[in-house]
Amino acid sequence: MHIFLRVLHFKLFIPALLLTLFFSQSAFCLQTEKETQFTEGIGHLLHGNFKEKALATKQVADSGDSRAKSILQAMLEGKLYRVKKDDTLVYAEIKSAQAKISSALTGEQLGFVKKRKLKKITINNKLRSSLKASLARIDLASPSSTTRLQAVNKLIKNLTPRDSLLLAELLQKETDNKVRKALATATAIAKLKTDDTTQILAAISDLSGNLNPAVRNELMTLLGKSKDDAVRAKAESALASIASSISFYGFIEKLFFGLSLGSVLVLAAIGLAITFGVIGVINMAHGELIMLGAYTTYVIQQLLPNSIGIALILSIPAAFIVSGVTGIIIERSVIRFLYGRPLETLLATFGISLILQQTVRSIFSPLNRSVATPSWMSGSIQINPILSLTTNRITILIFSMLVFAGLYLLLRKSSIGLQVRAVSQNRAMARAMGVKAARVDALTFGLGSGIAGIAGVALAQLTNVGPNLGQAYIIDSFMVVVFGGVGNLWGTLIGGLTLGVANKFIEPWAGAVLAKILILVFIILFIQKRPQGLFPQKGRAAE
Amino acid sequence: MKTKILAAMLGCALSIGSVLGGQAMAAETIKVGVLHSLSGTMAISETTLKDTMLMLIEEQNKKGGLLGKQLEAVVIDPASDWPLFAEKARELIEKKHVASVFGCWTSVSRKSVLPVFEELNSLLFYPVQYEGEESSKNVFYTGAAPNQQAIPAVDYLMNDMNVKRWVLAGTDYVYPRTTNKILAAYLKSKGVADADIMINYTPFGHSDWQSIVSDIKKFGTEGKKTAVVSTINGDANVPFYKELGNQGISSDTIPVVAFSVGEEELSGIDTKPLVGHLAAWNYFMSVDSEANDAFIESWQKFIKSDKRVTNDPMEAHYIGFNMWIKAVEKAGTTDSDAVQKAIIGVTVPNLSGGYSAMMPNHHITKPVLIGEIQEDGQFEIVWQTAGKVAGDAWSDYLEGSKDLISDWRSPLSCGNFNVKTGSCSGNK
Repeated sequence: MHIFLRVLHFKLFIPALLLTLFFSQSAFCLQTEKETQFTEGIGHLLHGNFKEKALATKQVADSGDSRAKSILQAMLEGKLYRVKKDDTLVYAEIKSAQAKISSALTGEQLGFVKKRKLKKITINNKLRSSLKASLARIDLASPSSTTRLQAVNKLIKNLTPRDSLLLAELLQKETDNKVRKALATATAIAKLKTDDTTQILAAISDLSGNLNPAVRNELMTLLGKSKDDAVRAKAESALASIASSISFYGFIEKLFFGLSLGSVLVLAAIGLAITFGVIGVINMAHGELIMLGAYTTYVIQQLLPNSIGIALILSIPAAFIVSGVTGIIIERSVIRFLYGRPLETLLATFGISLILQQTVRSIFSPLNRSVATPSWMSGSIQINPILSLTTNRITILIFSMLVFAGLYLLLRKSSIGLQVRAVSQNRAMARAMGVKAARVDALTFGLGSGIAGIAGVALAQLTNVGPNLGQAYIIDSFMVVVFGGVGNLWGTLIGGLTLGVANKFIEPWAGAVLAKILILVFIILFIQKRPQGLFPQKGRAAE
Repeated sequence: MKTKILAAMLGCALSIGSVLGGQAMAAETIKVGVLHSLSGTMAISETTLKDTMLMLIEEQNKKGGLLGKQLEAVVIDPASDWPLFAEKARELIEKKHVASVFGCWTSVSRKSVLPVFEELNSLLFYPVQYEGEESSKNVFYTGAAPNQQAIPAVDYLMNDMNVKRWVLAGTDYVYPRTTNKILAAYLKSKGVADADIMINYTPFGHSDWQSIVSDIKKFGTEGKKTAVVSTINGDANVPFYKELGNQGISSDTIPVVAFSVGEEELSGIDTKPLVGHLAAWNYFMSVDSEANDAFIESWQKFIKSDKRVTNDPMEAHYIGFNMWIKAVEKAGTTDSDAVQKAIIGVTVPNLSGGYSAMMPNHHITKPVLIGEIQEDGQFEIVWQTAGKVAGDAWSDYLEGSKDLISDWRSPLSCGNFNVKTGSCSGNK
């Protein structure tokens, strides 16, 4: 109420001032008007509905008041509250039932209050995007060129015709090249929204070859509403050139998607390639060893809640040890009694997989656990406006290749690798040469299981960490190993990547469900023709 | 005098005892069946509902039970195994003699038990939003029908957010497929062109969303405001929203409105990439009402954790259970036929501060709320229907279903009465 009175007061006040002090105090008047706008805006923020709030944020933003930015920022982040009792606008940091508040207008610290005494200044999507645009407009004047660039890029999605003047003005002053480029695009897009045909035509030529999605968006809209033939023809040709680049970059994008899916498959399957391929054990609990790795990531992250990135790196060796030791226990306690009896091994390991699942369910509850992603793994690398590669996928792609290389070197260059290969090729002969076959079996199984654990660390970043995580990957893993050729690491690598890429190229026209089915059918047919897989093991063991 | 009455009572009790033998104990309580999976894939969602039922029954008993008798919960675990649902339902009704059953989550489990309830003439209260196109004399649908969730959500996007292009993304099973069929028909009736609707299905637990999200991104930058209507089921949502975040799609460029993401699902995931995306339900934990505050308080006390959340299907059980109590009191018996007659028109308070009524088609009236996901895993309500919406068993937008109505009052008493031909095609 008192704000209303104040507004009224100002409204009466200003004409009086204007009359008496017009010449000498005009600067002061302008000041007061801005201030009125600000106070009025704040008043609507406190009590308005979403529509009024939208107007209010505009008023606050346009007022040029130094407090505007932090108020709008807090509103966007949901930290702006109203004290129910006396309508003070405050910033609040909520900690359980208590909130630490400070006045948004004066900056005064107001101490702690109960959360229930506060009411949040809520926003919806419409308001959120207009807030972002308002903040971006304020940020355009920022001294930092990166902030300016971000501001322009945000603004591009939300331009109005009247922005073209403002942007053109900024373009004159701008010195940074990147920002200039973005500003030029933004100016041209803003011009597209005007009614002036010559301006629109000029803007289309400025924008030709520009791959920014906003450009395509605007051109499509223009094509939809414009009646002018010259404009339509020009827009169509501009769109056609954009479309051809899109299809080119689309191909690269698909290839990347395929390789990244493939790298996940390789990661999940490579441990199996060792246990299944080298010592011939059909390990149905392989998926659950992956799951254990994922849970290890979760536990370590719980222990180090403030350094997610370090926790993730630490989880790699930890998961290797947890899954590896579990693998060795499984091998020593169950599998070693079943060598040479594949059917019994299959059933026994299937049982173990159920036991492991239920154990995890009892310890961690059946609900999924959330594993946070470190900031260096979220977001994407922008190659150009239409091609961006997500960082988490790139990281996993590289990680998967590193794991492969490490494992390959281990098997080729180390003495344990030599023993593993010897046992897998000819057990009797290896034993005759003094290799302790039983020990090598346990170690090999442990190695394969440990690698599964490492795969779990990577998968925890992509999918749900829950008791059923492993089941989703066990079939795919077997598919990759069988397709690639049992007992050959190269086969697993090539097989996994091939299946990933094939899947991603089939998916757009067949849909995700059918793509999976087609891949499965293809593998069945392939195995009929070539039962030993892509890269069969050579030598006497392969009979 | 006193001794005479006592003697008479004793005699009475003895005679009943001798007739019923071992059943004398059972007669002292009214049994309520709880048929929710406590193991297997659906345990994530259904365990909470079992606990909700136990709490409601405990509270009712504190208030003095029902018809002067105590209620007794009979919990049985169908282990997320659809055929087992039918077996366990039969066991509950035939062996345990329950008066009514509260249970099921997935549509396929409901379809599996339906014939059992019809054959043995027992009652099922089903608390989850579903695809509609069904009406049974023995089932009460306290979750939302498509017109109580999907259609209002689309209306909101269309009118308040000016959405012109639509991606209908769902998991590949009966609920998303039917809902999307209804939505596509509805959108076309509103003048949306075929080219502006993209329909996409993915397998259960799908985790590689790269190309689908990239397609959505392309579809969304063709000059018209685009939104995703998601019927993606449970687990697959996390990688989906993560991928959206990673590829730079935020709620203000392409908003996603989901029908299967609630407080319970959000409690297990990192909500940062989801902020601002929408969900449509009939209840949110953040609803500001006294009834809701009391419900949350007693729930957290019952489950002994102040971190546990409440969600929409829990409210549905709350409403359904209270409706059943009121109907039994009205009828004076737990007999199925009497309760069926009595329950139509019964009105009980819901948790959003109003009242819900049981309609003649065995669906209930509910408000529809749209909420935006917040960073703390709660929803901020941004829109709600002016009044309450009555559930419609048969969609008005599908061929073959738009002429059907369901009315279980006599003399019509039919689940799929065709108003054009004036006949009831089975399903009496």
